[in-house]
Amino acid sequence: MLVISCIKQVPDTTQVKIDPVTNTLIRDGIPFIINPYDSHALEESLKLKERYGLRSVALSMGPPNAEATLRKAYALGVDEAILLSDRCFGGADTLATSKVLSAAIERLNKQDKVGVVFCGKQTIDGDTAQVGPGIASRLGFSQLTLVDKIESIDFLRKTIKVRRKLEGRHEIVEAPLPVMITVVRELNRPRYPVVPMRIAAEEMEIKVWDNSVLKLDVNTIGLKGSPTWVSKIFSPERDQGEIIGDGITDPVGTTNLLIDKLLGKELLTV
Amino acid sequence: MSLHQSVFIAVFSVSVFFFIFSCYQRVQLVAIGGAENRFDNPGGRLLGMFGSAFAQKRVLARPYGVNHFLLFWAFLFLLLANGEFILEGLIPGLNFATILPPPLHHVLALLFDLVSLIALGAVVVAFARRLFFPPEYLGNDYTKPASFEALLILALIATLMMAFFLLNAAHIAAGQTDTWRPVSTALSMPLHGFSASTLSGVIQVSWWVHALILLLFMNLLPRSKHMHILTAIPNCYFQNLEKPNTQPREIFEKGARYGVSSVDHFSWKDLLDSLTCTECGRCQDLCPAHNTGKPLNPRRIVHDIKLNLIKNGSAIKNGKSSELSLIGEAADGTICHEAIWSCTTCGACTSVCPVLIEQMPKIIKLRRHLVQEQALFPEELLNLFENMEQRSNPWGLAPSERTKWSSQLGDRSFKQGETEYLFFVGCAGAFDSRNKHVTVALATILDSAGVSWGLLGKDEQCCGDSVRRLGNEFVFDKMAKENVALFKERGVSKIVTQCPHCFSTLKNDYRQYGLEIEVLHHSQLIAELVESGKLKFSKLSEQGTVVFHDSCYLGRHNDVYEAPRAVLTAATGKSPGEFDRNHENGYCCGGGGGRMWMEEQTGDRINLERVKEAMQLQPDTLCVSCPFCMTMMEDGLKDLSVADKCRVKDIAEVVAEALR
Repeated sequence: MLVISCIKQVPDTTQVKIDPVTNTLIRDGIPFIINPYDSHALEESLKLKERYGLRSVALSMGPPNAEATLRKAYALGVDEAILLSDRCFGGADTLATSKVLSAAIERLNKQDKVGVVFCGKQTIDGDTAQVGPGIASRLGFSQLTLVDKIESIDFLRKTIKVRRKLEGRHEIVEAPLPVMITVVRELNRPRYPVVPMRIAAEEMEIKVWDNSVLKLDVNTIGLKGSPTWVSKIFSPERDQGEIIGDGITDPVGTTNLLIDKLLGKELLTV
Repeated sequence: MSLHQSVFIAVFSVSVFFFIFSCYQRVQLVAIGGAENRFDNPGGRLLGMFGSAFAQKRVLARPYGVNHFLLFWAFLFLLLANGEFILEGLIPGLNFATILPPPLHHVLALLFDLVSLIALGAVVVAFARRLFFPPEYLGNDYTKPASFEALLILALIATLMMAFFLLNAAHIAAGQTDTWRPVSTALSMPLHGFSASTLSGVIQVSWWVHALILLLFMNLLPRSKHMHILTAIPNCYFQNLEKPNTQPREIFEKGARYGVSSVDHFSWKDLLDSLTCTECGRCQDLCPAHNTGKPLNPRRIVHDIKLNLIKNGSAIKNGKSSELSLIGEAADGTICHEAIWSCTTCGACTSVCPVLIEQMPKIIKLRRHLVQEQALFPEELLNLFENMEQRSNPWGLAPSERTKWSSQLGDRSFKQGETEYLFFVGCAGAFDSRNKHVTVALATILDSAGVSWGLLGKDEQCCGDSVRRLGNEFVFDKMAKENVALFKERGVSKIVTQCPHCFSTLKNDYRQYGLEIEVLHHSQLIAELVESGKLKFSKLSEQGTVVFHDSCYLGRHNDVYEAPRAVLTAATGKSPGEFDRNHENGYCCGGGGGRMWMEEQTGDRINLERVKEAMQLQPDTLCVSCPFCMTMMEDGLKDLSVADKCRVKDIAEVVAEALR
């Protein structure tokens, strides 16, 4: 049985700035990282691999340089890493993305039954939280979102019991396999790659599946297959901040300065 | 051949055989260690060996050392007397009296007599010390000052000396003249009334007691902590000629092993170290982790390596797996995880060991294994490692934030061929709000002295000190390569840092990566600027009573002790006060070796201990020269609720105040 983790390479958003002229993301020199929620998805797939002997496969859709993220997945211990990459996949919204990922999972399902698909609850660049559910509904898998604990898996009855982390409460849910689970950070503590695995990962083969493999209608994927698109990105206006006084040597004086300033701008009233 | 002679020849041969066999076994144990080149620069090695082993420099640093010094030299000198004794035992009639000219023989006899008395006196003092006034550090959880082994060896030496005297006294009482042995002559007085046969009996008995104890002593050496009598001198010869302020590089390739998980992964020198430990306890006495109740004791680490080696040595040699694990639950011969992670790498242990054992580097080797092959480390470090790898700073902040402190200074970027000094700000100096004040102070000083300096801005990366000391060599290796390439690409030839960790890493660690440029800590550059008159003070910096705290990576690891003191003296008009533990005896703040990023859950906090020590001196200003010390001392003052009585300042801040 397969356990699949869907991982996305994202720009390190703490470092992303928006070009004030063109209103696009300045990606120059911004390092890419594995979407933090996805690293928990990956970790859980490795745990299931270790606990139940499932075969762990990491899937990522992205440009060719997303290979780096899949290499990291190899360093952490996945059995197979597949990159879904084709020019015609580019510019996809969540609908088109889930279509490509679902096709890949379906293809894998033909080789070996897929038991569990893990996704991060959302990505830090898009923040939509739609791709995981999109995969579940497309494939007809059970859909368990915001999971922070796997309670049990019963392979005989083909069911899984999980705990969902909802606002102010937890929910324990049981669902039939196969299942798509989106995970929150509390689920686990991602492991740290050991050096021999990192070095071995350098030489591992990363399979690339393009549309000649998946054979999807090009009008239903990528930019063409996306009913939503980004028309404008902008950062809200913010005046330059300033440092006033010397808080270390004169905390009282500095506080007074700040209060005067706030009073002057009528942000405070006496 | 007399019966006496034949029996002695037999006993002697058996003893020598066993002694050589024991030594051979020990050499075999050391030989299971990995390769390490400690054979270069024989001149420097001989010189170092003379200073440490023969002149006993570090032994003499403590008052009791004088006693050990006397014993050591008495022992060496009396090897001659014992050689003569054995020679005569093997070939009766052959002794110095028959083979040396009389004046030389007389002088030797006189010296043997006097030196034996000195040795006996020193043994009595050693006995008294262990029994009646043992220093606290002599004992610990696995040994006590009055241990059977220690007392047995002292008793054997004392008996040896007494038998020597009795033998000579009996000879004199029996009519031997012209002996040149004043002590033995005095001791012979009470024997004069005895009959010739009684005296002959006394001679026989004392001769055999002397002979047997001598041979027993020899055979005990390789099987006890007194092995150091045999190994200390070679261990000093094979010392690390460099200070242990850096760790050797590792090669990252398929099939390579990282760090140490089994005793045979240590180098032969590490294993020789373990057999050389005398258990004097000096490292334990200075170790900040041990002193605050952590399970780390540098002496115990070395002891456990020795126990593990003895237990596993032959199995490993025969290609079998070891019986006792080196890392695991604390036990005799097994080092526990918490001990490994408690080390602040302050280097106090290595700087005090009289026989030049390198304790701290062994701990880093263990860390390297745990991090790189097991991914087993305190969980706080996971974030640190990820942050270092992804954003090249310990907090995981955006690199663009590095330049925030300088946003009002205009363009201060380093320009190739124009700028003299690269000001390598460091992560703390760029991100930590308290330490940013130090950064600004240093920039003010450099400007005031007309120094040409520039920044790498957001391109600056972490130096990697913490990850290297924590054993994450793989990540350090990447960071070091990137930094060195960046320095070369930008044409950097001089660097000034405001952090001793950056300073030491760029200066010492990066040399392994081919970076040989001038690296100065800000205390050194400021001292130079004051000295040359380029930095002029407009007034004295008013700091009240100042106490200076030595940073381990500036002082002990790089011998920079005077520059910060000179700077403080020039800026405040008087020399700073000193802790009781200062200079090479300085006490860590608790933030080195990556401990800055870990919780301190066991025992007392190291920083609190240091701050309490400071508060006894009632300072108005506690002066530091390191961002980690700054944080640790400030936190300590706050925890003790004395932040209103004393403030912490970096030397640069003190200097900058004299410029306003």
